[in-house]
Amino acid sequence: MSLSSLEFQAASAESAPEQAIEGRSQWQLTWRRLLHDKVAIASIVVILVMVILAITAPLFASLTGHAPDQAFTNTGTTSTGAPVGPGTHGFLLGTDYIGRDLFIRILYGARISLFVGIVTTAIATLAGVSIGLIAGYFGGWVDTVLARFIDTVLAFPYIVLALALAAIFSPSLTIVIGVISFFSWAGISRIVRGQTLSLKEKEYIEAARSLGAGPWRIMFIDILPNLLGPVLVLATLYIPIAVIFEATLSFLGIGIPEPTPSWGSILAEAQNYYTVAWWYVVFPSVALLVTTLAFNLLGDGIRDAMDPRTERIFAAGSQRRRSRRRPSVVSAFSAAGPSAEFPDPPRQPMPPTP
Amino acid sequence: MGLARFLVRRILTGIVVLWIVATGTFLLFFTRPVAVVARELAGRSATPQVISEVIRNLGLNLPLRVQYWHFIDATAHGNLGFSYYSQVPVKTILAEDLPITASVVVGGVVLWLIVGLTVGVISATRARSLFDRVATVGVLAGLSMPIFVLGELLIIGVFLPLNEHGITWIQTGYAGLSTGVIPWMGHMILPWITLATVQAAVYTRLSRGSLLDTMGEDYIRTARAKGLSERRVILRHGLRAALTPVVSQLGIDIGALLGGVIVVEQVFSLPGLGFDSVQAIDTGNLPVIIGFVLLASAFVVVANIIVDMAYALLDPRVRIA
Repeated sequence: MSLSSLEFQAASAESAPEQAIEGRSQWQLTWRRLLHDKVAIASIVVILVMVILAITAPLFASLTGHAPDQAFTNTGTTSTGAPVGPGTHGFLLGTDYIGRDLFIRILYGARISLFVGIVTTAIATLAGVSIGLIAGYFGGWVDTVLARFIDTVLAFPYIVLALALAAIFSPSLTIVIGVISFFSWAGISRIVRGQTLSLKEKEYIEAARSLGAGPWRIMFIDILPNLLGPVLVLATLYIPIAVIFEATLSFLGIGIPEPTPSWGSILAEAQNYYTVAWWYVVFPSVALLVTTLAFNLLGDGIRDAMDPRTERIFAAGSQRRRSRRRPSVVSAFSAAGPSAEFPDPPRQPMPPTP
Repeated sequence: MGLARFLVRRILTGIVVLWIVATGTFLLFFTRPVAVVARELAGRSATPQVISEVIRNLGLNLPLRVQYWHFIDATAHGNLGFSYYSQVPVKTILAEDLPITASVVVGGVVLWLIVGLTVGVISATRARSLFDRVATVGVLAGLSMPIFVLGELLIIGVFLPLNEHGITWIQTGYAGLSTGVIPWMGHMILPWITLATVQAAVYTRLSRGSLLDTMGEDYIRTARAKGLSERRVILRHGLRAALTPVVSQLGIDIGALLGGVIVVEQVFSLPGLGFDSVQAIDTGNLPVIIGFVLLASAFVVVANIIVDMAYALLDPRVRIA
């Protein structure tokens, strides 16, 4: 029995040694590039530590015996009623204006910040992607109406509405999440819409349509997977924006209501104690900055890792460092920062900073 | 001709937008029961008679339709009503606050654009240099920095130490231009830096990326081949095209700018529009809030028209239409 050449090829492929060339998916490539990015790895570590600290906050509270809203009027304040400094009477980072443990309050603040940041980003991403897909895919009057709406939301002085809403429905976690989500989806929608507009003209969409696929199937099964990259980058970059937004609302007194600690409200209280308690301002600020910076760095890292040009760029960069030549065209291109495919999220705020 | 038509159309749309905003704010505040507002106004130990009198005096007992008509009629005549508490006309309050807020906004925007564009251009022309790397880190720090955190850090890091050592030029609070330009700047410099730093980060990144893309275009090579100086190539040929995305971002950021001003005024205790609007919202002072929202929206509308005109000026491909 003789083998045909095709059968021979098949047989030899089956019996080939295990380390045969292995196909790598786009996501595997991205992951590998990300693992080589020291800054991105450091950011992941910082974020994980933050998350663990936030989850285990009650553990620290029971270890120190200081509840987050328990005021220690004897040990926690000086004879003049001012906060005590870091390390005094077992208060690791000092106390606040009524003698509550600042360390424990910052840990509990991390729970609020991370929770709000992640939940609002999830809501905004879901809404933003759906609306962007619908506007981009259907076009016509649907697109005109949705695009106008997106532009309006983007250009609206969001803090004004946030202030008004918070004043009417007394401040609460739900309101905060609602306001932040409402102002975050539009930026994602705008980018998804733009990408959908160009993707829907591709041949494979035409093929899907000729096979009888309906609009919803095309949008969510054929187009959406091609958008996941930019959406993931955007979502990562929206988390710090949401964290800043929440802190800003709480700072203005229209965010998370007392006595729940939030980094923003801690910093608002600290305003009256600048001169006597530097730790009251510095530690919550550092917590806030480290968190937002880590998410921003991670977002940039994911963006670079998803960009197939990055590998060549890293190679070109190290080569150039050795030879000190003028930057090549490739590296100048890479250094261009946000590309059309991986744009920056439109700034909110600071709350966003508003 | 084209410009006049453009202006007329944009102003008409602007008026419609303002009307929608006014109606929206008006309705929003009626989701809160009238009695709650009246009780706050009447004081803690008010009798029901006093409360109903307050409601009658403010016209809050009239049907919503009638109140709305009064409101639109008065607003169209430039009468924004009176503060519920101090009985001062809202127009007066806005007029008093405007110079303070304008001081913050104008100085902050000038500083932010100068810093953002300069750093962006230098970074782009020397991509991957030490300056560029430092600037990139600075941009990320700026992006991650809430405005009030920077403001508070400036107060404890700059304002307090300087004043302790007898250098009292830098101050918080507000001093009008009538006290002299130098003291005015002393009060304004920290708010300006605060407002500018956070926003400049976005513009540095944007102008750097946009200029790098532009510098790869063929016409830049042509300009160089003509023997123009590098300076002229960058500033006259590169930057002009690179500015278009920056200008369109400016249109989006005007809303964010207003938010920033509210926070800055809060941090540095500047009694401007933002500061007073937060107070008005705290106390449910409806006329003041509507006045503020209308003024803010008018500002956004006008600023967007200016941005669109600047856009057409920079990029000849964009036709004003």
